Amino acid sequence: MSGHSHGHDHDHHDHDHQVVPSDPALRTKALESLLTEKGLVDPKALDALIDTYQHKVGPRNGASVVARAWVDPSYRQRLLADGTGAIAELGYGGAQGEHMVVVENTPKVHNLIVCTLCSCYPWSVLGLPPVWYKSAPYRSRAVIDPRGVLCEFGLELSEETEVRVWDSTAELRYLVLPERPAGSEMLDEKALAALVTRDAMIGVAKVALSATGAVA
Amino acid sequence: MNGVHDMGGMHGMGSVEYEQNEPVFHAPWEGRAFALNLAAGAWRKWSLDALRHQIELIPAREYLRMSYYEKWLTAVTERLVQSGLVTRAEVENGTAAPGSSKATPALTADQVPSMLRSGAHASRDVTVVPRFHGGQLVRTRNINPTGHTRLPRYAREKQGTVERDHGVYVFPDTTAHALGEKPQHVYSVRFTARDLWGEQASPRDSVYIDLWDDYLEPV
Repeated sequence: MSGHSHGHDHDHHDHDHQVVPSDPALRTKALESLLTEKGLVDPKALDALIDTYQHKVGPRNGASVVARAWVDPSYRQRLLADGTGAIAELGYGGAQGEHMVVVENTPKVHNLIVCTLCSCYPWSVLGLPPVWYKSAPYRSRAVIDPRGVLCEFGLELSEETEVRVWDSTAELRYLVLPERPAGSEMLDEKALAALVTRDAMIGVAKVALSATGAVA
Repeated sequence: MNGVHDMGGMHGMGSVEYEQNEPVFHAPWEGRAFALNLAAGAWRKWSLDALRHQIELIPAREYLRMSYYEKWLTAVTERLVQSGLVTRAEVENGTAAPGSSKATPALTADQVPSMLRSGAHASRDVTVVPRFHGGQLVRTRNINPTGHTRLPRYAREKQGTVERDHGVYVFPDTTAHALGEKPQHVYSVRFTARDLWGEQASPRDSVYIDLWDDYLEPV
């Protein structure tokens, strides 16, 4: 691989050939500079890509999908039958959300999303994945010990609950439709969306009425 | 390939470390490395599966040490070299070789929204006869290819039930190696946790895995 730091003795700083910097920040800078010089990338396009995922595409997209499903039973039906189509109704889709499947949590069934082989994640509705989702502990354990993993997130499920783990091995991307919290009957769609967290849509948390988890 | 990336079911990786209020990128270079990957990918010189396989080829100890975006940076650099868009010498020198031609047109900022909106569809609108149907019992094959595959080790030679036919998609085992798309059906297959992990698993639990036709055999 090109990215290795060289195997030679790093005490010798006076050699005259260029050493590939091992620091990823320096390597990134050097690669961007090279690709820009060769006309292969436009730095302004990089700015636009970064801005998109820092400011425009994130878990608020998914939260609005969930809130709509909670207040509109026919939308919920469409969402569970054709995730891609129903999510597109709200204007979301495209990169890493081309083929969406929505799975519903109920009092009896709890769904959990993982990608054991890499880090597949529904960007169009959740944005870019958090580090823990891409980490070896989560990827290795979610399939063999989902209940133990959920306990580490503070979610203890009863033995009676059926846990379904979805390993995103293909190009289908998964979104959990969490349970609407009890006591939220008076809230409108916008207020409901504000309750929905990224973690609940991955399946490592439930939606609570307040940030502290206390139900009013 | 039976690499360390195929880690479903492994022990010894530690507990999940959660970061409150995590930023999208932890350092400016992570954003640049992320965006470089998408912008370089827009030349369509390699498939997403080829990029995934390039990440898998990172030696195990480096794979486990590197952050996600460092893996991306390493893999895209290698794809750029192998596709001929840049030379290894250029990467090492950080500058274009004298007299090398300038590529045009690169992805522009104006094109970013439409590129992201249209995405890259892996499904194919071709008629392929499905070998399996919903409700059918199937067994995954015992394959151990040295190339790319999306059949995880923990789910090989296991019996499951086809829950849903997702339709026809390109086959990563061949697209990753530029051996053609080999479009075929992908199914959601349900495995009981006990069939995968034995008696230690909860009798109620299951794992759903999306599997291509070629990975499955009838029971």
